[in-house]
Amino acid sequence: MKRGLKGDDEDSSSSSEGPLETRKRELLLHILQYLPLLDRAYASQVCRSWNEAFHMPELWRCFEFELNQPASSYLKATHPDLIKQIIKRHSNHLQYVSFKVDSSTESAEAACDILSQLVNCSLKTLGLISTARPSFMELPKSHFISALTVVFVNSKSLSSLKIDDTPVDDPSLKVLVANNSDTLKLLKMSSCPHVSPAGILCVADQCHGLRELALNYHLLSDELLLALSSEKHVHLEHLRIDVVSENPGQTHFHAIKKSSWDAMVRHSPKFNLVMYFFLYEDEFGLFFRYETPVTHLYFGRSVSKDVLGRVGLTCPRLVELVVCANGLRPLDEELIRIAERCQQLSAIGLGECEVSCGAFVEFVKMCGRRLSQLSIMEEVLIPDHKYSPDEIHWEVSKHLGRVWFPDMMPTW
Amino acid sequence: MILKSEHYAALAGSANVGVNKWRFLLESLEDLDTSLRKLDSRLFVVRGQPAEVFPRLFKEWNVTRLTFEYDSEPYGRERDAAIVKMAQEFGVETRVNNSHTLYSLDRIIELNNNSPPLTFKRFQALVNRLGLPKRPLATVTKQQLDSCRTDISDNHNERYGVPSLEELGFKTHGLSPALWKGGESEALDRLNKHLDRKAWVANFERLRINICSLIASPTGLSPYLRFGCLSCRLFYYDLRELYMKMRRHSSPPLSLFGQLLWREFFYTAATNNPNFDRMEGNPICVQIPWDHNPEALAKWAEGRTGFPWIDAIMTQLRQEGWIHHLARHAVACFLTRGDLWLSWESGMRVFEELLLDADYSVNAGSWMWLSCSAFFQQFFHCYCPVGFGRRTDPSGDYIRRYIPKLKDYPNRYIYEPWNAPESVQKAANCVVGVDYPKPMINHAEGSRLNIERMKQVYQQLSRYKGLSLLATVPSIQEEAEPPMIDESKAHSSSGLCIVRRGPGRPSCREQRHAPSPRSSAPVPPPQKRARETNSSTR
Repeated sequence: MKRGLKGDDEDSSSSSEGPLETRKRELLLHILQYLPLLDRAYASQVCRSWNEAFHMPELWRCFEFELNQPASSYLKATHPDLIKQIIKRHSNHLQYVSFKVDSSTESAEAACDILSQLVNCSLKTLGLISTARPSFMELPKSHFISALTVVFVNSKSLSSLKIDDTPVDDPSLKVLVANNSDTLKLLKMSSCPHVSPAGILCVADQCHGLRELALNYHLLSDELLLALSSEKHVHLEHLRIDVVSENPGQTHFHAIKKSSWDAMVRHSPKFNLVMYFFLYEDEFGLFFRYETPVTHLYFGRSVSKDVLGRVGLTCPRLVELVVCANGLRPLDEELIRIAERCQQLSAIGLGECEVSCGAFVEFVKMCGRRLSQLSIMEEVLIPDHKYSPDEIHWEVSKHLGRVWFPDMMPTW
Repeated sequence: MILKSEHYAALAGSANVGVNKWRFLLESLEDLDTSLRKLDSRLFVVRGQPAEVFPRLFKEWNVTRLTFEYDSEPYGRERDAAIVKMAQEFGVETRVNNSHTLYSLDRIIELNNNSPPLTFKRFQALVNRLGLPKRPLATVTKQQLDSCRTDISDNHNERYGVPSLEELGFKTHGLSPALWKGGESEALDRLNKHLDRKAWVANFERLRINICSLIASPTGLSPYLRFGCLSCRLFYYDLRELYMKMRRHSSPPLSLFGQLLWREFFYTAATNNPNFDRMEGNPICVQIPWDHNPEALAKWAEGRTGFPWIDAIMTQLRQEGWIHHLARHAVACFLTRGDLWLSWESGMRVFEELLLDADYSVNAGSWMWLSCSAFFQQFFHCYCPVGFGRRTDPSGDYIRRYIPKLKDYPNRYIYEPWNAPESVQKAANCVVGVDYPKPMINHAEGSRLNIERMKQVYQQLSRYKGLSLLATVPSIQEEAEPPMIDESKAHSSSGLCIVRRGPGRPSCREQRHAPSPRSSAPVPPPQKRARETNSSTR
């Protein structure tokens, strides 16, 4: 039976409390909320009423379980006794829960173990976060799925779910949808290799309140975009897509029709499309061939001049651009074109690239004050007859309206 | 010079780890001894612990005055405070001079509202205000030495001579000659050559890196600065005078002194922070959940990662004791936030042993910088272990020089031999997985994961809830905000409310890594400081 949010507080004296008592309790609660957990625990040892206060339901709505093994992490884990206590006394208070696990399988197992015991929970938020290597992927899939399913089935009002880098699969997504379709607003599942496009499509079809979605490119389909743009669906706010290459020349990417993107933009004109590319230079053939509504673009590996040229032509909604590396030929024309055509651009970061000083100043001048973040490594700027590296920061600062310097690395 | 017994203990059976560092130091001592001989004096190297040695010598030699160079590093300050106290007890006058850094670090800190600057630009601005550093003194003369002579006994060499590498426990059979020879004479010689080269190049700008820069330079000076063979002020003034001579008396820009100022920057940052060389309890260091994997660390340290660029760099480091700063960036990034996600502290310790110019402040500071743990937050700047190498040295000769096994690989595959077809591998007589290790990590996958991890860490710091790819955070970590959210905000895109542990809490965790030999004073909770914003993006 689904528990209401307020129905189960342990505070049996509330009906016989005078106003002063209530006020004292609220005040104590307010103060305790500011204390870190350990300090609250110390406070709870002071007297009986403070001990009771420590167990007030309101203090147990949020919890982050940190599960680390000494052999694989420098950080300390949530104490096992505390975990036991939470499951025993507070599992039905928990609403916003996350698990942080290190790279050991034991930590992931411990997380699943706790998940399986959350039968009285009505979670609104669940996050499974790998702080180093994704250890959830090393668990036997069925073990993970059955633990996760306990939460899906019992919560019935999940609004936010983060399960990146886990072995979640299509059937478990169906269970999620069957129980939480009315409430689900956020789903992050990048790098979940056991999910298929059909699995995620089921989510989009049923969960009409979905506002934020993160997944890998291979799960993207025209049908998915159309489902997210259907009349029944709310406006999407964020869509994040990771485009990752398996091996050079071996990954085959499927095309998405321009019309599907157009439908998305019509339906959700303000949505952010975030794309992270981790591809080899010659794998971009399919991308940036037509107008794409991407707003935040990240190139995690070397990307060619040619592709950056195409970006300028096809991404009018671009707001942020990060280029980790480029072959060492100056990106002068490409940057100027981006300044011209991407009128919303407000943040740019260039790593191992080259731009001549003159072109860079021109770029900044064209963007002007809308550039709130400009992060360029010092080595990127190539002196030319117009400016030397020492002079350039004045020019740029002038156009930006604030003091600016390039990023530096220690030279020792 | 006092050689402590714990140095011996650390070296016993350690497979010659740190041999270059010790050899350099011993050569420097020999050189100093030789120079002193020319002035009818000698160097006295005393073996033992300061607590035992000083009282004995104060009595034996009738010491009236003890002078030494000020050591700004936290460990040094503690040690020296104890020695000064001892000297006081014996009625010995102490004189401490500041000469290891260009300026008085306390003065810089004072100018910055009593806190060390955490951005290099801010540091440069402060230094500008300080004007020129003190001029270097002339070298010591025979007359000066005449007034404070100690008798030199016949068995001076046995009692007070510079130890040999063998005495310290190193095996010297088959040891290749040092590329970096220790000592002041060598340092001054190099300084002259360095200046000649600058004059010849006739411009003082930074040259683009190429294979020549990767190889040990005959005019490189960083180890000599570290060991005190070369005065930083001498270097400063010689550079300044050369510039003014060539540019007709115009004042040199601060960028001319880049190397010296970076060194000064890290010294300033470290001097008041006893936890500067660790993550835990270090108020300027972002707490990042690094992985703990000794096997992976060993592969990196020993140059067995399977990435020739990384392995060549680590091999040069181990063999010679010096690598170019961009090579340092490459391997530091690979170990920490780029690929292996291991703690910067482990990398710092490896550099401490192998790198000739790695002193406490600069080494720890640089590692924090390169791992985005402090001073620097643009974690998207990632160095690809294949691409960066190839762009730096397209000829591949650097790889061939330090990994001879790969010398017959064509340029196309030498940075990524695992991608070469079997026929090519066989023709090069070096099959991946047999003669040379397979790559220990998939770089694309690793960097994808690590960007996510860094974002997770930084998102919690900066409290932004947007998608910003370039998380700009204040330079100093702030106290956690109250964790509760009200119901109406439950739909924000981050969707998650977590109980945060206050970062200022004195740590009650036991140290999991090997305890450092330095004593650690109890960590005071970090004071709330005025926000210092990263000036490069505001």
